[in-house]
Amino acid sequence: MNQSSLSGMWRAMVSRDLTLAMRRRADVLTTLFFFIIVVSLFPLGVSPEMELLRSIAPGVIWVAALLASMLSLGRLFSDDFQDGTLEQMLLLPQPLSVLVLAKVFAHWLVSGLPLVLLSPLLGMQLGLDSDGIVLMMVTLLLGTPVLSLIGAVGAALTLGVRGGGVLVSLLVLPLYIPVLIFGTGAVDAATSGMDYEGHLSLLGAFLVLSVVLTPLGTAAALRISVE
Amino acid sequence: MVSENAIAWYHFSSPKNFYPLAGRLIPWFWGLAVILLVVGLYMSFFVAPTDYKQGESYRIIFVHVPAAWMSMFIYLVMAAYAIIGLTWKLRMAEMMASALAPTGAMFTFLALWTGAFWGKPTWGAYWVWDARLTSELILLFLYIGYMSLQSAIDDPRRAARASALLAIVGVINLPVIYWSVKWWNTLHQGASVSPTMAPKMASIMITTMLVMTFAFWMYTIAVVLMRARRVILERERQTSWVMEMVNADPQAEMKK
Amino acid sequence: MLQVRELECVRGDHRLFTGLNFQLRGGELLRLRGSNGSGKTSLLRTVCGLLEPTEGEVLWNGENIRRQRDEFNSALLYLGHHNGIKSELTAFENLRLGSALSGGGVSDEQIYDALEKIGLGGREDLPTQVLSQGQKRRVALSRLLLSEAPLWVLDEPFTALDVGAVDRLARLVEAHLKKGNMVMFTTHQEVDLRAGTLREVSLDS
Repeated sequence: MNQSSLSGMWRAMVSRDLTLAMRRRADVLTTLFFFIIVVSLFPLGVSPEMELLRSIAPGVIWVAALLASMLSLGRLFSDDFQDGTLEQMLLLPQPLSVLVLAKVFAHWLVSGLPLVLLSPLLGMQLGLDSDGIVLMMVTLLLGTPVLSLIGAVGAALTLGVRGGGVLVSLLVLPLYIPVLIFGTGAVDAATSGMDYEGHLSLLGAFLVLSVVLTPLGTAAALRISVE
Repeated sequence: MVSENAIAWYHFSSPKNFYPLAGRLIPWFWGLAVILLVVGLYMSFFVAPTDYKQGESYRIIFVHVPAAWMSMFIYLVMAAYAIIGLTWKLRMAEMMASALAPTGAMFTFLALWTGAFWGKPTWGAYWVWDARLTSELILLFLYIGYMSLQSAIDDPRRAARASALLAIVGVINLPVIYWSVKWWNTLHQGASVSPTMAPKMASIMITTMLVMTFAFWMYTIAVVLMRARRVILERERQTSWVMEMVNADPQAEMKK
Repeated sequence: MLQVRELECVRGDHRLFTGLNFQLRGGELLRLRGSNGSGKTSLLRTVCGLLEPTEGEVLWNGENIRRQRDEFNSALLYLGHHNGIKSELTAFENLRLGSALSGGGVSDEQIYDALEKIGLGGREDLPTQVLSQGQKRRVALSRLLLSEAPLWVLDEPFTALDVGAVDRLARLVEAHLKKGNMVMFTTHQEVDLRAGTLREVSLDS
């Protein structure tokens, strides 16, 4: 196994999944609109009062991001599973976990990154100030990859299982809780003038840990599910 | 001695040998569970003194705390069996892991339920977002996820291995979740129904809790062995030894 | 050399086969026989390492394939029930992607050449979803022309192919065997293959 073939594989995998996503743009946009709609429902359901909305804004945006990223998990492996390309991936000489990481990265680019870029708009809707908005973006930037990485394990485990879409939410949502706590905690701390660097470094630590560990779990889960 | 133990271990890790052994052990564990439970309940209600602040209602902790301990501990044991089952491909370990889950979920539910009853007289509300209760709730979600995944997959081998992997992922996350929730709770200064009330908890209380915990343990082992036997019959039904046993003894189906 | 030792496969409640032994050397062609549901596909998938056997092992050059996955995988080309091609991508893109993922080393000319030879000339740049069943199968089969892998495992490679394509594939298999390589396959069709030593394993008991 040499370096160049590994990086060649990485590039091939990422560009493949991005190309596929571009040819099925509607799927990507659905998740994005879901995110926007969920957040927009809160003022209607709770109250249009800005003071109240501001205080719940981080939690609302984060929970919506959690749900949106979970919804998009279905696409991660199921198409490849159905047309047999996943089977071929398991038979590649390259380590499966690196391949998985490339796939999750591509998935995050089309499902997680748009959420990050869109969050200022929603933050403004809910009356967050500029500091809060910037921090919202930073926490989402650190946190959404973790969601994709953890979610990949759940998506791999529920591959081809009946009711897999709902089941995956049962499996991964409890595991998303630490990210939710520290993601919203950072924004809350910033808006109330407290120190938030600790939260960010913890989110960073979650990201590093999940980059290292979850691809191994996902690879093992894929091998079990493809049997 | 060591090698003999290893042989015994290996011997009983085969479902065929485990099945009759479990059958012989089950009545003993039931007996111990009943005795310990009677002793524990007697101590909880009649021996342990009335709390000077909370009156009689505090006695629910003699169920709540052991149930909470058991719920966490069972998850750890389950994950340990899952690791053993996946690494050494021991079917028996896989079956034990899946047999533990319903009991673990039951104790988690019991801890939540008794926690609510403890909260009502103490805080005036059935549910408060206290760190311990919230963690228990998340643990219940983890158990439910494990059991749903297992029942959603038709092939028993894939079901066992997939849920084993999920248990391992869960057990790695559990400390992070627990600690995050604790931190979240202190930040928001939530109410606490932590039952460690007096700085010097009377030693009789600790003893009572331990007796109750052992009672729960014995109950768990008895129930899990029974469940494991049922799983063995189901998963090994095409093997010759199960067929022989079922044919030779028409009662075997009922005895399970 | 591929060796199968005391292999057993259980799917759900069914024991498909047990105590299966055979080996495959260079230049040998192994045809798997068996009725529907006898476990042909399961055996092929077990040999590839996709399916874990309940008992026994599969050895490649004397070592269990699970202990040398990268080495074995680079020696293996598996063609399953599914074509393993993305319907949104063109035939050319599919093949280029496949070669890039498995380590590269195939030029664009070689890919066009392979597609030409397999009878897809002029259709290289159509998304594969507009191709017919047989043409999709040919896209998958063009991998055989681009790969250097000594072991081919083919699950029903002749289905959906017309007479001409069946013949072309048969010549391809013969050429592969003449180079001293191995092929293991199943088929319901009678195909005339004249190279290599033919061995048969039957799963019907």
